Amino acid sequence: MCAKPIKHEPRQVETTGHSWDGIEEYNNPLPRWWVWVFYMTIVWSIGYMIFYPAWPLINGATQGLWGEEPAGDTRLAVAEEIKRFDDANAPIKAKLIAADLNAIGTDPELAGFAENAGAAVFRTNCSTCHGSGAAGFDGKGYPNLLDDDWLWGGTMEDIHLTITHGIRYNDDSRYSQMPAFGTDGILDETQIGQVVEHVLALSGQEHDAALAAEGAVLYLDNCSACHMEDGSGDRTQGAPKLNDAIWLYGGSRAAITETVANARFGVMPNWNQRLSEDEIRAVSFWVHSRGGGEEAAPAEPEVTEEPAVAEEPAVAEEPAAPANP
Amino acid sequence: MSDTESPPSLYAAREPIFPRRVKGSFRTMKWWIMAVTLGIYYITPWLRWDRGPALPDQAVLVDLANRRFFFFMIEIWPHEFYFVAGLLIMAGLGLFLFTSAAGRVWCGYACPQTVWTDLFILVERWIEGDRNARLRLHRQKWNAEKVRKRAVKWTVWLLIGLATGGAWIFYFTDAPTLLGDLVTGQAHPIAYTTMLTLTLTTFAFGGFAREQICIYACPWPRIQAAMVDEDTLTIGYRDWRGEPRGKQNVAGNGDCIDCMACVNVCPMGIDIRDGQQMACITCGLCIDACNDVMDKIGKPRDLIGYLALTDEVRERAGQPPKSVWAHVFRPRTVMYTVLWAGVGIGLVVALFLRSPIDVNVTPVRNPTYVTLSDGSIRNAYDLRLRNMHGADALFTLSVTSEEPLAIALEGVEGLTVTVPANETMSQRVYLTATPGSEAADDDRTEVRFWIAEEGTTNRVHHDTVFNGKENDDD
Repeated sequence: MCAKPIKHEPRQVETTGHSWDGIEEYNNPLPRWWVWVFYMTIVWSIGYMIFYPAWPLINGATQGLWGEEPAGDTRLAVAEEIKRFDDANAPIKAKLIAADLNAIGTDPELAGFAENAGAAVFRTNCSTCHGSGAAGFDGKGYPNLLDDDWLWGGTMEDIHLTITHGIRYNDDSRYSQMPAFGTDGILDETQIGQVVEHVLALSGQEHDAALAAEGAVLYLDNCSACHMEDGSGDRTQGAPKLNDAIWLYGGSRAAITETVANARFGVMPNWNQRLSEDEIRAVSFWVHSRGGGEEAAPAEPEVTEEPAVAEEPAVAEEPAAPANP
Repeated sequence: MSDTESPPSLYAAREPIFPRRVKGSFRTMKWWIMAVTLGIYYITPWLRWDRGPALPDQAVLVDLANRRFFFFMIEIWPHEFYFVAGLLIMAGLGLFLFTSAAGRVWCGYACPQTVWTDLFILVERWIEGDRNARLRLHRQKWNAEKVRKRAVKWTVWLLIGLATGGAWIFYFTDAPTLLGDLVTGQAHPIAYTTMLTLTLTTFAFGGFAREQICIYACPWPRIQAAMVDEDTLTIGYRDWRGEPRGKQNVAGNGDCIDCMACVNVCPMGIDIRDGQQMACITCGLCIDACNDVMDKIGKPRDLIGYLALTDEVRERAGQPPKSVWAHVFRPRTVMYTVLWAGVGIGLVVALFLRSPIDVNVTPVRNPTYVTLSDGSIRNAYDLRLRNMHGADALFTLSVTSEEPLAIALEGVEGLTVTVPANETMSQRVYLTATPGSEAADDDRTEVRFWIAEEGTTNRVHHDTVFNGKENDDD
């Protein structure tokens, strides 16, 4: 606070005896307890250096008697941490495995766990092909899992089956194969061109009506068994819809021609060797709740979208994972 | 360099202080302030406040586990931390205001260190007697009497410390439950550790460190120098009236009879007649002591009293001092008051304007949009719906935008969701633009989500954008 001028003789303050050019240093002694506290901190620091990691060495530092982890055991510590969480999650995982697939969403606790666990599983295992946002890769054959179009079905059961066994990967996988109409010599170049025009017509794109009319006949003979006459596809054999706006390998004339001539053969591994059942269920739930999931009983797509039909050229494709939306 | 025989000591032992009992208006006021502040501190955790079944019924509760702060009818969520920040700013500005107007009134009357030290000195006097008895006890050799008195005093101090630490933890969890757990030994170790720590610090700070905390540990006295000016009322000694000090009735002597009453009552152990000094917490006890003496010797009161530096100049010149109001109402204090009130009004307005429901929208931008099989364009949004009520609430979602957009919720039929009481819930929402519509083809369309609480007029909104196909060209 402001010092007031004092009239009577000021308090006598001892000097340290130091004097520089007539400037003297007052000695206002520190309290003695203060210096003792200072000494105590020094003693404390010695104990600290003995018990805790302290002195830097070339490789690391001294560990101290109470060192948290012996050098190099970080991995063990992490493994222990993971085990701790696994143990803690064991009951809810068991519950997830026991639950009816379609009932997971109705239990807030299960849904919350499956949502978070599924997101982690997806990021680690699925995002390489389907993208971190599950949007796939346009025109490269990795289906977008967010839309309402599914190659092999979009119910929880369908998705679960696809993830468990994969697509065209082993004997247990979902399987179908589109003939390579050009390479195998089934259709000649002109005929392929006509079929392509018809497929363009099916999906409402710009096309040559005359060629398309020719193609319609060829389509009926060669393609409709899988893709259906109206191009609505067949999920039982993973034959994409050809009459909608979604294309697995691109919907341009060139892309469709390539598909018809050489066929496509998208593959997704079976995940039952790599993921546990609870992980497969969690990631199935996560994929199902991205906006395109379908209800079990009625085959109507849920949420906002509309059905629609068709997909690409002929035959089923399906690169990686389950279906396409 | 001048030679001295022995080097001076750089450290000094604390000189014990034995404040004498004093009576007077400031002392009375300090008793009242002590009773009120301690009363508030100890009683507050036990007040109850009904908030419904889902919320705690403790009137004042810092619920760290659930990240809530309850204060009677007010409930603060973590996202409303600005209320706490605002209160801290108000506390700061309030300190500035009071310090610039009346010096260290906080230190002298309201600071917990002062209040608890006062309480500890009171206990000390009850057990060991007043100043002279305590001095004698301090100097005498250890014997049965000294051991007994010290033991009793320290025990009472420890009990006060225990009550202090005990009351503190009641602010953080349900007090009656915690008290039961504490007694039966079932409380969390953190509760016991906190209690023990606060018991020991209270015991040490109030019983032994006392003025050392103010002088050496507390930063506030140093900051206060910047808050105080020549118009600030502080406690001063009217040396022009008191000096030369000495025997009464000796010609030429001033009013000060050098009775040392002001020094003996000072809890800081200073002599106010040396002028204002850093160690003075302006507790006013020396005023009481001196007035008592002045009354006895028939001299006017206020040889020591509240006065400002400008008063000193006027009084030396024989003029009357400025009125208290002239000291208190100055541009500086008015400015502090305006700032303080501004923050306060802002907080109160914010408190009344805030909605018990809230929404936060995160557009999903990976990918920016999804093409559906019929060619329509869909965007997804993650909404965080917050229900600050003590009961579950129904929120109805809707969207407004220049272009028509269809809204749908993930996993929910219709547009109404139940948000659990006192929780924030995540809900994925889809907006869809029909094929060929402007929203589907444009880059961005402004949209506004509306959340209305069923059965109330509560309604909040959040603006975001809808991305169409054009967005690919970015």
